[in-house]
Amino acid sequence: MSTTFRVNGVQQTVDVDPSKPLLWVIREQLALTGTKFGCGIAQCGACTVQIDGQATRSCVTPISAVEGREVTTIEGLASASGELHPVQQAWIDHQVPQCGYCQSGQLMSASALLASNPNPTDAEIDQAMQGNICRCGMYGRIRNAIKATSVASSDDKLFYNVASVEKTAEVDHG
Amino acid sequence: MGKWTRRAFITTGLVAGGGLVVGIAVRPGNQVKGLASKVGEEGGQLIHSYVKIDTDNVVTAIIPHSEMGQGVQTALGQMLAEELDADWDLVRTEEAPAIGEYATYAAGRSYLMAGMDFSNLVIPTVDGLMMRVADTLNLQITGGSMSVRTTGIISMRIAGAATREMLQRAAADSWGVPVNEVITEDSHLIHAASNRREPYAAFANEVAQMTPSQTPTFKDPADYKIVGTHKPRVDIPAKVDGTAQFALDVRLPDMVYASVVRSPVPGGSIVSVDDSAARAIDGVIDVVRIPAASVGSMLGDTLSSESVAVVADSYWTANKAIQEVQVQWSATGNESVSSDGIFAQFDQDISAGTERQTDRVQGETEAIFANAAKVIDADYHVPFLAHTCMEPLNATAIVNADSAEIWVGCQNPLGFRRDIATILDMDPENVTLHNQLMGGGFGRKARPDWAMQTAFLAREVGRPVQLIWSREEDVRQDLYRPAVQSRFRAAFDANDNILAWQNTYTNKNEPIEAPLIPYAVAAQDIGWVSSPVHVPFGAWRSVDHSQHGFFTESFIDEAASAAGKDAFEFRAALLNDSPRHLAVLTKVAEEANWSRPLAEGRGRGISLQESFGSIVAQVVEVTVVNGEVSVDRVVAAIDPGLAVALDGIAAQIESGIIYGLTAALHGEITIENGAVEQGNFNDYEAVRMSEAPVIETHVINSGHAIGGAGEPGTPGIAPALANAVFNATGIRVRQLPLKNFDLNIQAEETGVVA
Repeated sequence: MSTTFRVNGVQQTVDVDPSKPLLWVIREQLALTGTKFGCGIAQCGACTVQIDGQATRSCVTPISAVEGREVTTIEGLASASGELHPVQQAWIDHQVPQCGYCQSGQLMSASALLASNPNPTDAEIDQAMQGNICRCGMYGRIRNAIKATSVASSDDKLFYNVASVEKTAEVDHG
Repeated sequence: MGKWTRRAFITTGLVAGGGLVVGIAVRPGNQVKGLASKVGEEGGQLIHSYVKIDTDNVVTAIIPHSEMGQGVQTALGQMLAEELDADWDLVRTEEAPAIGEYATYAAGRSYLMAGMDFSNLVIPTVDGLMMRVADTLNLQITGGSMSVRTTGIISMRIAGAATREMLQRAAADSWGVPVNEVITEDSHLIHAASNRREPYAAFANEVAQMTPSQTPTFKDPADYKIVGTHKPRVDIPAKVDGTAQFALDVRLPDMVYASVVRSPVPGGSIVSVDDSAARAIDGVIDVVRIPAASVGSMLGDTLSSESVAVVADSYWTANKAIQEVQVQWSATGNESVSSDGIFAQFDQDISAGTERQTDRVQGETEAIFANAAKVIDADYHVPFLAHTCMEPLNATAIVNADSAEIWVGCQNPLGFRRDIATILDMDPENVTLHNQLMGGGFGRKARPDWAMQTAFLAREVGRPVQLIWSREEDVRQDLYRPAVQSRFRAAFDANDNILAWQNTYTNKNEPIEAPLIPYAVAAQDIGWVSSPVHVPFGAWRSVDHSQHGFFTESFIDEAASAAGKDAFEFRAALLNDSPRHLAVLTKVAEEANWSRPLAEGRGRGISLQESFGSIVAQVVEVTVVNGEVSVDRVVAAIDPGLAVALDGIAAQIESGIIYGLTAALHGEITIENGAVEQGNFNDYEAVRMSEAPVIETHVINSGHAIGGAGEPGTPGIAPALANAVFNATGIRVRQLPLKNFDLNIQAEETGVVA
């Protein structure tokens, strides 16, 4: 049975089992590998994509459910001309990713949040990002990056997270 | 490429002038050419095994370590670029291939000799010992928080400095000026008197013919411009647009997918398989029995017990079908083992003290206890833990008659290559391993069991196979942070001075110093008993420090409380002979406003733990409302000697804290009927956004030997948290995870109060 939908603005028709999850269609049929597998039961958020702008766990979304709909993956988050989405730039400025495996999902959740709520509170960030696990534990940086994106006047200097550096002796590693 | 014999490798790979020189860092320049086909590109010159200079003056640092999120590419690149006087904007990095020339000999050796000072490691007797182990050539380890302090300190600095000296010599020869008048700056050679300035690339051809010095002159650290500063991580841009390639993202023509299952009770073998229902599923290609296999190396043996795999045209199909395969597993004798039984066994074995071995014995401990004015005692325990890397274990392989290729993200590419060759009965030279970015490692990806399964499957199926473990398999077939029990006694005099510290725990692994305390307690008796369990052991971020940090830093808090003293003051008074520890502890107390009173229901706890060459202190602030703990803030101070990558060290401390916080709040693998009960993030939970505290990291560059960063953040969070809960509620948490405690119960009723 075939399903027709749009992915990152391009119409796609796939002929697969209608119960096959969107995640595996994206990765296997469409070879878009930026969306990750993490748990298979919508617990970790690594597979998050946007369906008509809503952050959605693609690992539990049957392909039949996206018939006629618009799916955006991490590969489609930047503009058509290649300009990074503001959250992607904030992720770089705030040096968010460590291993990076969860970050496609984090970015899709964060960009969906900001699209509907340009100035989220901490509680709103908690709620929107609660479904995305980061085992490297970069939650503080994710929160800061979302806030920086949400405020138009956020400072443009490179951010880093060391609270203080103290030198207590001449360094000699010879 | 030209081959070097093992003998040649080792003899040219070692020492001169009191410093250890690693790998081919010392090979004559002309021998580097053999590597060019592996790491070179058209138009570039491989100057040195770790340095490439291209015609456009781009310097590439070739990094023999795996990237799992720790930022090793950036930190090691900084160390090489610093000594090379490179323009950072023109520096690139690339991961070294899995070939013997890039064995991380020094890192591997330090890993094995964990706990010894680096200076001790270069003594000839140790070299002699290690040289007898041919396996050294198959070590390409990333672990033990070792990359910066071994490969960085030695290989990268030597490579950078030696290359700089050769460039200066080449320029001096070409210009006909004295070499000491040629200076280097921002990837350029400069002779001020004759007003000459040329890019490094102009001399790359000449330098490639030279022999690098084994003992180049290093820069004065006061002149550092790159090391110790914040440089944005080189791997981050690809991690925000979906282009970073992990092993899971490998795509090969004609590739099929597989899911696998092993015995729920570790070590069980197959009695019978009914795969008829699985084979009936559309898209299933084959159901394969993968035999048990065992590989051994100097890091220990890895057993991959017998398993069943379904191969299909989609992973979704393969994983659906594997659940339809009916397997009868053999009895192992462990079918009645439970977590409760394991802890009861630990308790008995500690009480019996049979064949107790000691880590540290000093002073007349028993006599002091016999005459003490006050004695306190306590038992602590922690459960098994899984790693749950975000990226489930997976690998992709093609196996031909006499060669194989495998794509995998692992912490020991050369070791994996050797182990896969063993499985396939091939020469390792015929196995090509393409190491990929890892979606987390945490120690799990140093053991090759899943890669062994993949290689076997690919040979059976005769086409490229991508094996992906389900999350359930990942949780149930892990190599676990061990469950441990630890029993303490402390003795005090009439003035509440602590006089003796006695500790017995179950099952020692490494690092050997993990249970030791930095405090000046005159009499100490620290030791352990063996209490074997069937649950397989794995290195888990910070290894034994993860449990002993919780035990010792909680019990010292109990001692402070018993002495009626402030938790910071009590520790500080015992650190007069340990000025670095005292400085870190004092720093964290100042930054956290330790003495500022907190509101009702809030609490503050402190911890101090040295691990992997760095000293970390933490203060945790909690709020306890209706028995629910929220972790509000963590202030951390670290003395790593010198922070090479300034933001990188903060990132690692933050990461280590959250990893340890997940364990402290939620982490618990339980055993029932011999098998792991948990299976996914719904019953093996991780800290999420709403639970994550604000973390502040303060760095002290003390000038001592550079320590690690990847693990030292983890050990101190659980005790600081438990101590904060005690401060807030009066309830002493002696068992993790915290979720098992009902903090609503009045302190007197819990029976767990100090």
